[in-house]
Amino acid sequence: MTALLQVRGLKKRFGGIEAVSNVTFDVNAGECVVLAGDNGAGKSTVIKMISGVHAPTEGNVQFDGSLLTGRSPEAVRSAGIETIYQDLALADNLDPGLNLYLGRERTRRVCGLPFLDRPEMRRNAVEVLRNLGIVIPDPSAPVRELSGGQRQAIAIARAVHWQARLVIMDEPTAALGVPEQREVMALIDRLKSKGVGIILISHNLPDIFAAADRIIVLARGVVAGERRPAETSDEEIVRMMMGATL
Amino acid sequence: MNPALTTPKTGASFLKSLLNAWSWLFLILILGFFELYAQSETGGTFIFRAYNVQAIAVAASQILLLALGLTLVIVAGHIDLSIGFTTGLAAVVMALVIRGLGVDGGWLALLLAVLVGLGAASLVGLVNGWLVAYLNVPSFIGTLGTYGIARGMALIVAGGATVSVRSDELRAFGNGDILGFPVPVVIAALLAIACHYLLTHTRFGVHTYALGANRASVERAGVDVKRHLILLFVISAVTAGIGGLIYTGRFSAGAANAGEPILLYAVAAVFIGGASLTGGQGTVTGTVIGAFIIAVIQFGLVFCGLPPYWQFVAVGLVIIVAVLVDQSKGRLTGGRP
Ligand SMILES: Nc1ncnc2c1ncn2[C@@H]1O[C@H](COP(=O)(O)OP(=O)(O)O)[C@@H](O)[C@H]1O
Ligand SMILES: [Mg+2]
Repeated sequence: MTALLQVRGLKKRFGGIEAVSNVTFDVNAGECVVLAGDNGAGKSTVIKMISGVHAPTEGNVQFDGSLLTGRSPEAVRSAGIETIYQDLALADNLDPGLNLYLGRERTRRVCGLPFLDRPEMRRNAVEVLRNLGIVIPDPSAPVRELSGGQRQAIAIARAVHWQARLVIMDEPTAALGVPEQREVMALIDRLKSKGVGIILISHNLPDIFAAADRIIVLARGVVAGERRPAETSDEEIVRMMMGATL
Repeated sequence: MNPALTTPKTGASFLKSLLNAWSWLFLILILGFFELYAQSETGGTFIFRAYNVQAIAVAASQILLLALGLTLVIVAGHIDLSIGFTTGLAAVVMALVIRGLGVDGGWLALLLAVLVGLGAASLVGLVNGWLVAYLNVPSFIGTLGTYGIARGMALIVAGGATVSVRSDELRAFGNGDILGFPVPVVIAALLAIACHYLLTHTRFGVHTYALGANRASVERAGVDVKRHLILLFVISAVTAGIGGLIYTGRFSAGAANAGEPILLYAVAAVFIGGASLTGGQGTVTGTVIGAFIIAVIQFGLVFCGLPPYWQFVAVGLVIIVAVLVDQSKGRLTGGRP
């Protein structure tokens, strides 16, 4: 079986600095791969080469058998890869429904004029969120009134609703309290059970071991090692993140 | 449910809806005040006289023609200071076209003048949008620049003077009635409905609110933000330009400073109506209420026999109250705006 995503020999040079080199890994459908590594290890650079933000200096990315390298971020999204950045990119003053549909809003015609179909978008948002196990107390309230975990859920719901088959999350729990971190971990489990592939960026050990099917450790721009959670330990991952390549 | 937990919350939300409706309440309050004054001092009435209502509605319409497009720009998190002189430019250009086509130009000359006047106005809007969207000039600075340019151009093409014209069609356009309502009021009402529809019922409106809250949200959603910004500034310039056309119609003359005294009132109407300088909030209905508050104060103070200069003081106070209300709303939602 070929993997959903195949990353082969990625290299990125910024001016004279080689930020990332020779990064190779696979992600299968329904699998969560954690990219672990210290600050500056090159994690964000790797996912930006996947999502189309950066063009790799060398190497390529294949998704579902077709070449992604060189495509724009919009083209990568419509191919089925959704990237959720740390800032979530939500419009705080809009309700969950409008955030879910932002850029692809539903309208219906009244006397020939298009009107936003707010109730329909709201209903669908509630439904998608319920499938992810999230209940929003007041679906007509702007999302700034929601908790950090619920806001994260809306960003994830947006990816799911638009049929993403691979979701990339850059440190989703960094700004959350402990209960909300658990909510996000539960969300990742549900995404996996729907067959969605996940790349999770993290340097938080409990998160890494809770979510990962495989752990890929980056140190100073190169892959320091790849482990399954069952066959490694906190100490080993930390040692690898610190650059003791094994 | 634990009542001890829910009571303070409903108290706060009651306060919040009170604050949201404060501009309505304030409008009713000042109308009531002037009515009481009229009853006790003159034995007459303030609100229930057609002349007063019409004068207030016309004054509010003038403010609205600048404030409606501006509302969209402010919701998107920007500002348009150039509108005061875009109004003047459109007024002067319109007058010059009618004058150039001669006394017997008729309705065709008027139509042509309207089109050229609006063309001149949209040119200012295009420049504003281009500065903000493509050159990343902060809109406060960029539109301050085009404010100067539009003002200079209007004075140059007018030769520094007021351009008076003689045209029956023009006079009918500025002073006529439609079903008993003055033309400026009808035009402002139609534009208000159009802007309300645009902002609350269309995808364009959603993108405008999202842009004001978080530019990245619309950008990552694949919306062409540059094009959106240009459209917003063109809409703002065109509504202000329509204000200029109506000025020329009412006075049978175009003046470069036609919009100057109204600019600050227009900005004030938008903020009194619930918009915020940081963007992401504000409504057309709010702006309409804001414009009426200012128009009632303007007319009412003169009605009470006070020197007209007091209106500046009164409107200034209302602006400060509006900002304080906006801030306390923010505090009620946990510090977030
Ligand atoms: N746009 C850029 N221009 C120049 N250097 C960059 C750029 N982006 C990242 N880098 C450098 O590449 C290295 C890896 O950065 P990054 O991928 O952000 O690491 P991480 O996400 O693991 O913290 C760092 O040394 C960083 O300074
Ligand atoms: Mg990073």
